[in-house]
Amino acid sequence: MLTRQPRLRAVLGEATRVSVLLASIAGLSALLLVAGGYHVGAGLDALWYGSVGSWYAFTSATLVRAIPLMFTGLAVAVAFRAGVFNIGAEGQLLAGAAAATAIALVVPRVGGPALLVVGLALLAAAVAGAVWAAIAAVLRARFGVLEVISTIMLNFVALYGVSYLVRGPLQEPTRVYPQSPTILDTLHLPRIAGAGRLHVGLLLGMALAVIGGWIFRHTAAGFRLIAVGENPSAAASAGGIDVVRTTTRAFMASGALAGLAGGVEVLGVTFALYDNISPGYGYTAIAVALLAGLDPWRVMLTAVLFGGLEAGAGAMQRDAGVPSSLVSVIEALLILTIVAAQARRLRKVHAPDVTFLDVRDR
Amino acid sequence: MIARRTHEAAPARRTPADETPALALENITKRYGAVDALASVSLRVRRGTVHALLGENGAGKSTLMRIAYGLVRADSGTIAVHGAPAHIARARDAIAHGIGMVHQHFTLVPVMSVAENVALGGRGMLGAARVAERIRELAVRTGFALDPAATVSSLPIGAQQRVEIAKALIRDARILILDEPTAVLAPAETTELLRWLRAFADAGNAVVLITHKLREALSVADDVTVLRRGRTALTGRVDGVTRESLTLAMLGEGATVDQARDVREEATKVGARAASAERAVVYRAQGLTVVDGAGVVRIRDTSFTIHAGEIVGIAGIEGSGQRELLRVLAGRMDASSGVLVRPSRAGFIPEDRYHDAILLERDLAENVSLRGAGARTGTIDWRAQRAVTDRLMRVFDVRAADARAPMRTLSGGNQQKLVLARELQSDAAAGSHAIIAESPTRGLDVRATAAIHARLREAGAGGAAIILYSSDIDEVLLLATRVLVVHAGSVRDAPLDRDAIGRAMLGLA
Repeated sequence: MLTRQPRLRAVLGEATRVSVLLASIAGLSALLLVAGGYHVGAGLDALWYGSVGSWYAFTSATLVRAIPLMFTGLAVAVAFRAGVFNIGAEGQLLAGAAAATAIALVVPRVGGPALLVVGLALLAAAVAGAVWAAIAAVLRARFGVLEVISTIMLNFVALYGVSYLVRGPLQEPTRVYPQSPTILDTLHLPRIAGAGRLHVGLLLGMALAVIGGWIFRHTAAGFRLIAVGENPSAAASAGGIDVVRTTTRAFMASGALAGLAGGVEVLGVTFALYDNISPGYGYTAIAVALLAGLDPWRVMLTAVLFGGLEAGAGAMQRDAGVPSSLVSVIEALLILTIVAAQARRLRKVHAPDVTFLDVRDR
Repeated sequence: MIARRTHEAAPARRTPADETPALALENITKRYGAVDALASVSLRVRRGTVHALLGENGAGKSTLMRIAYGLVRADSGTIAVHGAPAHIARARDAIAHGIGMVHQHFTLVPVMSVAENVALGGRGMLGAARVAERIRELAVRTGFALDPAATVSSLPIGAQQRVEIAKALIRDARILILDEPTAVLAPAETTELLRWLRAFADAGNAVVLITHKLREALSVADDVTVLRRGRTALTGRVDGVTRESLTLAMLGEGATVDQARDVREEATKVGARAASAERAVVYRAQGLTVVDGAGVVRIRDTSFTIHAGEIVGIAGIEGSGQRELLRVLAGRMDASSGVLVRPSRAGFIPEDRYHDAILLERDLAENVSLRGAGARTGTIDWRAQRAVTDRLMRVFDVRAADARAPMRTLSGGNQQKLVLARELQSDAAAGSHAIIAESPTRGLDVRATAAIHARLREAGAGGAAIILYSSDIDEVLLLATRVLVVHAGSVRDAPLDRDAIGRAMLGLA
């Protein structure tokens, strides 16, 4: 009895929070549409139909966009849990996308079974993401450079790196378009039957989320990561935990997950590398992870929520003629609302001197 | 060495003819939810006196004083300053009435100068230059040594506290409230502060001294008030009370004589302690040298041996190297050179538990599991960990709902008991066992302090080597079978005697 009631209250509280969130999404969007002089009904209609209004929209738009958000959301959750403020999921995603593209284009020339090539490409994506994160991790571990800054900077390096690749070594043979050749059909991730463009990347993402949540809850390594994230000096002094090793590993794991997002996106959706391959998945991931309370299991849900938003926003632009800049503003405001709501909730659980971007001394 | 109050030593004390209290709090009531933080408490602070305010944690001392200083609003009751009713709704009102408060945790900007810190929060044209001049005046008038140009971060704790006091004095405070001012001070600094407070009061001002230390209250105060659970348990002249009556007033009716004796801050049992020379050696240091992260030599070429069953008290003024010595003994820091034989694992109770010992947002089972987490592999059986935690909670009397309660929800005393419980879990396989406790009772109330002391004694009796550092020499003397004094990086034995230890800490003998 005593344990049931708080749990029921927690569930009710959760439900209330989600309804308030959805209501504020609709309210905010409506407000901005009015302010911009657009037809509110048409705009909200598009938001609805473009995200969850039909089976096709839900699977081929919402869930397809949820996949990279799930990987990057997991990446952010793992890093933040360890007290590593990896804002560089975007850059790590791009590094992963480039590596996967390169493998998928080069290896088939030598030959080999498709399954092996796909596996190799995904592995390369994860390694590339981890290496990209490792640059910031080493800067942090060796020289105390704040990862918030270094990872953001590395995002730009990755962005322009991709830009160079698609105009140089990886450009398509006609040298007209700034993009790579298309990856062979045999190397595309299989689609899930009856679900439109939805590919098996979703299952891979969910598997990783389940494993991640299990590691946090039940393993010594996960407990060490959480302990270090919460209080590095106590983790070192009372637990004998090697803080630098733990944070560095978490950082690399985070990079690998974000890199996988890029690999899965290339092999499952775009089939080629080009500029703007990611509409900021690595940044939206921060909101995905925070809304999930940095819990991998809940990342699965919040990734779908944000995937729906992205999809609905696209439909608003297409079907209701709302310019993409306004759609971006709506998205940004929604993320702010969600993060603010989350921060308020955390404050209520009282964390007097810990905010999310509070970089603690190590 | 230590301020010992005798009536002969304070001839300047006068009995003011005017008996109107400098500060009178009448029938103050404050309720938080269903809890009476204060239930009709009255406090009259006479001019020219030091008034000690005693009580366990949560007794309402700080709440009462925060009401007097305008930081908390009383639900009912009145405040009068020098006989005139005062309406104090915020700190600014209190300052206007000549009330100043020095908080336990300083509110200083480290990179700024003393004068700038004092000027901060001033209104109008209270500039740093003008303030510097007034600090110098203050020094001449009251013997209050403070360099206005010094940077705060470069000052020792005692001087930082003087900056806090100066902030109040510059704003013409005649009534000073100090919350546990000696908790952070070295003995010499404590003596100096208490002497200054005495002189300040004798000049016709008034001081309210919130403290845990009975000896301090008895040595410097004229009047004493004891709060217990939001009610006045005792109030009167200090001449009319004894340590025992104060202790009983703080603890309440249920307190046993044993508890009362435990909290007494006197080393009366020193002679009864057994020598332990023939017991197993737990620590052996030879030519031990410790250099800290900044390259400063903290411990220089020192040798000593510590046996099982000993309770070794460590004494030293701030920065003498004891902090590093304790960490090396606990295996939390490496020695730079020399030979050190130490147990493979030692329990460590660091001074700042929030920083170095606990995970506030995690539950109790997780906090217990933290010990040894670095070497753990595979999965953790949380059900088993909760069972272990439940048992520790019972044995060590940790008051909390259950092992799933977040650490944050516990009182400081219960948090410290859990840390102690975790660190005392014996490693049977490790053979010799050691506990290093650094100021383990700092900030705890008498009851929790007594419990911690009892546990440390038990562990010592059980064959562990206990190494205890406390800035409070009385606590060291109360528990230790032997005292090592750290002075300027060297470590040596000192007799179990207050004055001898005090002299050794300053390198005088």
